[in-house]
Amino acid sequence: MTLADLLPGESGIIQEVDTEPLLQQRLLDLGLLPGTHIQARFRGRRGDPVAYMVRGTVLALRLSTAKDVIVHPLGRSL
Amino acid sequence: MLQRYLIALAGNPNTGKSTVFNKLTGLKQHTGNWPGKTVVLAQGSYTYQGHTYEIYDLPGTYSLSASSPEEEVARDFICSGQPQVTVVVVDATCLERNLHLVLQITQLTTSVIVCLNLMDEAKRQNMVLDVHQLEEELGVPVIPTTATTSEGLQALQDAIARVTHGALRPQPRSLQLDQEHLASSFYTHAERIADQVVANSQQGCDFSARLDKVVTSRHLSIPLMLGLLASILWITIVGANYPSDLLAHLFFQLEDLLTTLFIKLGSPAWLHGALIFGMFRGLAWVVSVMLPPMAIFFPLFTLLEDFGYLPRLAFNLDGLFQKAGAHGKQSLTMAMGFGCNAAGIIAARIIDSPRERLLAILTNNFVPCNGRFPMLIVMGTIMASSVVGAQMGGCVAALVVLVALVFSVLATLMISKLLTSTVLRGELSYFILELPPYRRPQIGTVLVRSFLDRALSVLWRAVIVAAPCGLLTWILANITFHDITLLGHLSNWLQPLGQAMGLDGVVLLGFILGLPANEIVIPIIFMGYLSQGSLMEVQGLAAIQDVLVANGWTWLTALNFMIFTIFHWPCGTTLLTIKKETGSLKWTLLSILLPTAFGITICVVLTKIVDILYVGCS
Repeated sequence: MTLADLLPGESGIIQEVDTEPLLQQRLLDLGLLPGTHIQARFRGRRGDPVAYMVRGTVLALRLSTAKDVIVHPLGRSL
Repeated sequence: MLQRYLIALAGNPNTGKSTVFNKLTGLKQHTGNWPGKTVVLAQGSYTYQGHTYEIYDLPGTYSLSASSPEEEVARDFICSGQPQVTVVVVDATCLERNLHLVLQITQLTTSVIVCLNLMDEAKRQNMVLDVHQLEEELGVPVIPTTATTSEGLQALQDAIARVTHGALRPQPRSLQLDQEHLASSFYTHAERIADQVVANSQQGCDFSARLDKVVTSRHLSIPLMLGLLASILWITIVGANYPSDLLAHLFFQLEDLLTTLFIKLGSPAWLHGALIFGMFRGLAWVVSVMLPPMAIFFPLFTLLEDFGYLPRLAFNLDGLFQKAGAHGKQSLTMAMGFGCNAAGIIAARIIDSPRERLLAILTNNFVPCNGRFPMLIVMGTIMASSVVGAQMGGCVAALVVLVALVFSVLATLMISKLLTSTVLRGELSYFILELPPYRRPQIGTVLVRSFLDRALSVLWRAVIVAAPCGLLTWILANITFHDITLLGHLSNWLQPLGQAMGLDGVVLLGFILGLPANEIVIPIIFMGYLSQGSLMEVQGLAAIQDVLVANGWTWLTALNFMIFTIFHWPCGTTLLTIKKETGSLKWTLLSILLPTAFGITICVVLTKIVDILYVGCS
């Protein structure tokens, strides 16, 4: 399952970030590392981009990027 | 001679770094056209206990892995060994991610001070931070601050002084790092330290989360955006009337005074004409008609930026920009273009991919800048008051300008799409946008700063551009050749094109002579219209309207004028900036051609359609 599949309110644990090197580095710098807790917050008007809460910050990613982040789903949490 | 000490200011974006910088340096700094944003290395200085400290505000970065130009700049500067001290501004409410950068910096230099900022926000979220523990863990001084109220800044200056003079020696702890997985090992340390230092941490801010639900919602986001913009425009239009009249009145009196002086000194009529009717009136026009809307619009827009609305705007518009094949950050550079196109073009440096950056540069001029807003506002007000009367005029004028703005954004998207499917084809690069918590805008600071910055720079431009242009126009309007003035010859020559566009030769000439700065286009047009060859005294909008109607203007002329105001070549400053940023004459020429062709086409087609309808009706 990928980050793009999380519905608003659902959380997951990042397992793997698999994408082009520059983006990978950027995501790592922002703290999207394997083992990190991440929660989907809200979606853009047409479902893209999506805002996620990670390490106390809200980050918006385009779906094309979110698809490259593999997560282990934890279900809904608040 | 006094020794100057170099201080680097580093930190994540959205940590209040710019506020720290502003508060430390006051007005002694050189920034870009857009106050509050760090695009290029801003530099400032302050004096503390007899020593002068030179501060370099590095670009906000999340890391120093040098994977973007900003990170490279920040890294190179810190590594260069030039700064005596590197101050890292840290968001106290988001310690973990900020520590990631702090730890990276302490690996590069030992002379580090942590400025633990936004302590008031942390308190509001009931977070408790153990500052001593943090100092212990990092091995460098940690100064808690709330930069917005200047709390702790004295202590920060003190720490900077003591580290600079060796009274305090930071000794960063050495870290066990896994070179293979640098980012994760930095984060492991950051997590551990944050866990020990922070008690009662919550995941983000409730207020922001609730507001974001509304601001980004499917049905409300766009109406809310338009409503905000409309309110700003309305306040600008209504508010600009009074200072405008006041300034016009003052200039009028000053002109009388100067004229009396000229007569007393017995100066020849041509000198009086050139200096007073040419230069002085050109200047008076720019200042009294153009300055008030700018001085109101700009601070209001900056307040919205300060509040944290712009990232949400980018979030809401990203779907559209994605469809146009543009980078998500282009909506931010576009928003900056509303302030100043040259600033928006410089801001395009935040886009890494050269292709998408070029796209942002080429399309920036499609939104009207601060210098063109007053043109739209003046024309919108005249149109509105002639149709619905002055009572409702403000509201209708705001609506007219709002429609013009929405149209300019749609045009930006259309041209972006056109370019990305022709000359700028390529893969879309990634886009990550941080949505920082909303913050209470520092109303006082914003008002003072943006007013001072704007007012002073506009006045300066008025002096160096409007005055000589006024003089030139006066000369053109007063030298005759075959019984027609030079101005008349030029505008006659432009007349056919002007007519096809539903305008006239004088208007086109105004735009051409107004190349140095859009602020002077309307004044030049008026000089052209008035038979005596000099600008009329600055009077209210009603007088402006009378002159226009007398010269054959209809609602269609006003509409075409607004269209061409938005879509024509970039001003001189912007062109120089484009040339500098792209380093290419070809792209600079395209940036002239694109909006000009677009504007002329729309005006010609619109005029033709109205012509046909009109003939059909009668």
